[in-house]
Amino acid sequence: MHIPDGFIGPGISAAAGLTAIGGFAVALRKARDYLTDRLVPMAALVAAFVFAAQMVNFPVLPGMSGHLLGGVLAAVLVGPWAGCIVMSLVLIVEALLFADGGLSALGLNIVNMSLIGAVVGYLVYRVLFRLGGSRPTAVPVLAGLAAMISVPLAATGFVLEFGLGGTVESISIGSVFWAILGTHVLIGIGEGLITFVVVGAVMRSRPDLVYGSPTFGGTRSEELVS
Amino acid sequence: MRKGMTFFGAGLLVTLVVAVVIAQFASTEPDGLEYVAGQEGFLETAQDHPLAESPLADYGGDSKSNLILSGVVGVLVTLGLGYLVFTVVKSDKTSAEG
Repeated sequence: MHIPDGFIGPGISAAAGLTAIGGFAVALRKARDYLTDRLVPMAALVAAFVFAAQMVNFPVLPGMSGHLLGGVLAAVLVGPWAGCIVMSLVLIVEALLFADGGLSALGLNIVNMSLIGAVVGYLVYRVLFRLGGSRPTAVPVLAGLAAMISVPLAATGFVLEFGLGGTVESISIGSVFWAILGTHVLIGIGEGLITFVVVGAVMRSRPDLVYGSPTFGGTRSEELVS
Repeated sequence: MRKGMTFFGAGLLVTLVVAVVIAQFASTEPDGLEYVAGQEGFLETAQDHPLAESPLADYGGDSKSNLILSGVVGVLVTLGLGYLVFTVVKSDKTSAEG
């Protein structure tokens, strides 16, 4: 889902850059409130894992692949704000070292995958978790479900940016929307499965390290949804 | 502490296996965005990345050794950068309270 340079014009790219910087600053402040000695290595590990998992494209349709976004995974494990920082760091490393995602598009990618993918994705998780009765045993399934939903949500961010700042005038935005939505609903199934498996594995071994679970052993920030 | 180290070590091992071993079997087909861009006719508006000629560009591209290098470098850099940033953010709290 990494946007290269050239898809979106400079105005919207710059606006997204400012939004990304603002969002990152808020995330730093909010994460500060709940970061503990225990959470620091966990957040660093989650960043490395999201990077690694994003390298593994899985086949989705003939001629098309997808890979983990990881926003909900990171947010459920280390909280939405540290999760937002994790995703932003991964995107910065990918753009600066691996030529994945354009440099002028970095703000766009952070808005879509970090602010929408992790923070809005966590909001979806919290709503599902409340509706599901707030049981620890439901954490992996609901994290997977929220992750599944987060992919078309993040992809809709791209469609919005393309509608506002796309560099080709003649393209029907409705047609792009349905094509992006359809493909990313399918990619979201993979996202949901991977998130379910990984969150499930951490819940089995160290439930006290899962921020989004009632079993979490640390302090939390004010919840987005109580 | 020991329990924490065991979890961290196991997590790092899994991460390296994903980046170095499982990544070898990754699909090389375009991702969803690139696929739609091709179908809808805006793929050609993509500009080459300034670092497109780097050995790490596109995680090594077709080169197996550069793919392995990319996996190891990427995991260590994100881990190190993450540790650094989160340590600074946390110590900021300590100084704000003290």
